[in-house]
Amino acid sequence: MIKINDLYKNFGNLEVLKGITDYVNKGEVVVIIGPSGSGKSTYLRCVNLMEMPTKGQIFVDDMDITNPKVDINQIRQKVGMVFQHFNLFPHMTVLENITLAPIKIKKLSKEEAEKIAYGLLDKVGLREKANEYPSRLSGGQKQRIAIARSLAMNPEVMLFDEPTSALDPEMVKEVLEVIKDLAREGMTMMIVTHEMGFAKEVGTRLLFMDEGKIIEEGDPKEIFDNPKEERMKMFLSKVL
Amino acid sequence: MLENFLVKIQWQQTVDFYKVFFEKQFYLVVFNGMLWTLGLTAIALVIGMMIGILVAVVQMSQFPSKFKWLEKILKWITKTYIDIIRGTPAVVQIVFMWSVIFAGSNLPRIVVGGIAFGVNSGAYMAELIRAGIQGIDKGQMEAGRSLGFKYMETMRYIIMPQAFKQMLPAFVSEFIILIKETAIISFIGGLDLMKASSIMVSRTMNATQPLLIVAACYLLLTGVFTKVMRRVEKKINISS
Repeated sequence: MIKINDLYKNFGNLEVLKGITDYVNKGEVVVIIGPSGSGKSTYLRCVNLMEMPTKGQIFVDDMDITNPKVDINQIRQKVGMVFQHFNLFPHMTVLENITLAPIKIKKLSKEEAEKIAYGLLDKVGLREKANEYPSRLSGGQKQRIAIARSLAMNPEVMLFDEPTSALDPEMVKEVLEVIKDLAREGMTMMIVTHEMGFAKEVGTRLLFMDEGKIIEEGDPKEIFDNPKEERMKMFLSKVL
Repeated sequence: MLENFLVKIQWQQTVDFYKVFFEKQFYLVVFNGMLWTLGLTAIALVIGMMIGILVAVVQMSQFPSKFKWLEKILKWITKTYIDIIRGTPAVVQIVFMWSVIFAGSNLPRIVVGGIAFGVNSGAYMAELIRAGIQGIDKGQMEAGRSLGFKYMETMRYIIMPQAFKQMLPAFVSEFIILIKETAIISFIGGLDLMKASSIMVSRTMNATQPLLIVAACYLLLTGVFTKVMRRVEKKINISS
């Protein structure tokens, strides 16, 4: 479903990604871990061209999205993204946050869009917050709404960029539960996370990144129990 | 000094003045001056707003690499424009506009004045608009783009409504400054409120009352506007 071929990304003189080749199959949950500055967020952000790769190709459904002729806005409708800092639209209610894109981009009627939105609000357990403004929500609630907003475009893939890193500890679980539900339903996902337990439980495949490269990959349970690479062992000894 | 002032506003002189004020229908002069001031401000505001938006857009623009040279030229022009306007007195700009740039044209004074004040105000508004837009968290743009909105759509639905809210107080004070600044239009013979006062002064040989009347008129204009805008701000603030 997604293929990444020899991906490089520089910020000025800084080489952040140094040749990443990877793939994501349909229904897979790829979790990406690694020390900060390893390039994992940048990698994720290249997949929907939030960052423009310096070199290399990214194929989504066999279409090379790094080709300037491709309409990236259409690709992004298929690839949802959830951010560390939620980025809800503060001037809109929860319901408006979720229905904006379906109404304006997919040209759904307000009724259709709201029907979908309420369905998603049920899914993340926040139906009663539909008419609140984001400033009235807790961090965990905001992130669940952000997930619902992204799902409203009915994406084929979801990207999660450290979805729980900005949350108070007691709110991490409620967000992870929503992501687990999605995994159970077979949603294809790429998740950058620092939650090792979650990575082990939900991931169908794990990537360990360091210094802009994928150092180790494979079944999360195997890797966590039996890491091969020295750097991976070092990293795990620090975080576990 | 205080004694002098009290003598001037003493009863008899005041009564004499208002006799003439109503006999000679000076209130019409004041009323017309007020309309003139408002008209001038309105023209200046519209022109200033258009220039402000245009200049702000140019200053924030990022051209594709093929057109970088054009971006550089446009940015240089807008920056020079802002520097010149902010670095020279408004009086000089207005007289220059009337006696040099529009010398010999048949445009009425109010239009030339409106253009001059608009060009002046545009420089300040450009900075307000730029600051307002750049003050919005960049996660908002990312969230919009990741849902599949185009750049301009994100601006329209997500960035501008928030930026506008932030800019509003600064706009209100810019507008008030503009109303008051138009008093210098008499340098090119405008028939505004200030001119109305000098007409009355020269006809009655009394400076106190005409100036008090005109001051009250300015205060009325700015006061009403401030009240209305406070209410608007409050209304907008409820929604967040």
